Amino acid sequence: MNIILNGKPAEIAGGTLAATVTELGYGEKRIATAVNGRFVPIREREALQLGEGDRVEILTPRHGG
Amino acid sequence: MARFYGTDLPTALMLGTSLYPSPAVMAEAFRRSGASVATVSIRREAASGTAGEDFWSLIRQLGVRVLPNTAGCHSAREAITTAQMARELFETDWIKLEVIGHTDTLQPDPFALVEAAKVLVADGFKVFPYTTEDLIVAEKLLDAGCEVLMPWGAPIGSGLGLTNIHGLKTLRAQFPEVPMVIDAGLGLPSHAAMAMEMGFDAVLLNTAVAKAGDPAAMAEAFAKALQAGKLARAADPMEPRNMASPSTPLIGKAFLS
Repeated sequence: MNIILNGKPAEIAGGTLAATVTELGYGEKRIATAVNGRFVPIREREALQLGEGDRVEILTPRHGG
Repeated sequence: MARFYGTDLPTALMLGTSLYPSPAVMAEAFRRSGASVATVSIRREAASGTAGEDFWSLIRQLGVRVLPNTAGCHSAREAITTAQMARELFETDWIKLEVIGHTDTLQPDPFALVEAAKVLVADGFKVFPYTTEDLIVAEKLLDAGCEVLMPWGAPIGSGLGLTNIHGLKTLRAQFPEVPMVIDAGLGLPSHAAMAMEMGFDAVLLNTAVAKAGDPAAMAEAFAKALQAGKLARAADPMEPRNMASPSTPLIGKAFLS
């Protein structure tokens, strides 16, 4: 299945957001997620089935002013 | 001592974490500044990257409170989602709410700012809105439930200092009980001292320290300026006057001409 991951096309097996996070290698990292512009809390990743063309954002802590 | 949403901060400095020559220099700047708060952001990272983890580890070692921002957001929707993600990531309900309205000046969009503030306050956030000195916007933000205001001194990263002193004084006088932080545009410690002399509760800065030739020394200079400005405010400064007034007594002066 094709999604847009952090602004770039990506091919994933499909399934839940939780499974995708693990598949992509973010499983152990401190991240926050959003799908199609909406925040998806950790507790909801398991229940969220990704669809074709979904825009997934996976963000991490960074410096800021 | 400055109090924000029921939290007393030991010092009046909130310091950004961007633009330093190295993480070590940033850590030293924080140490010498005595900053109470570090501003942070959230950004994309490849799964193989370590920047996020490295940064988080560094921030935790600083031992300061974290204030995530919504920097770079140009709509209320974008800022709300960013705030929600930051709350989970940094485990804090404090959010520095930025909704940028103009690319060149980075001036806040007051309409989207108020809209986002309403949603975030209702969602349990403690919102620190980056705003201008505009009184009506301030009133709307307070009506929305914000308990802190963060008016700009000048455009972000400009280093110009307090460009609208009259407007900032009016804002301070209009809402005397509201904790206020001068956020953005400061370039020199004297700017920070002036902000404190005017009765503001804290300043938030980044570029002025990070882009100085010696960031750690500049951080300490800001810390001292803030202390001086706060002390001066408490000491009740004299009123300026247009005409001269001799400080040395005239009585008893010899007639020598």
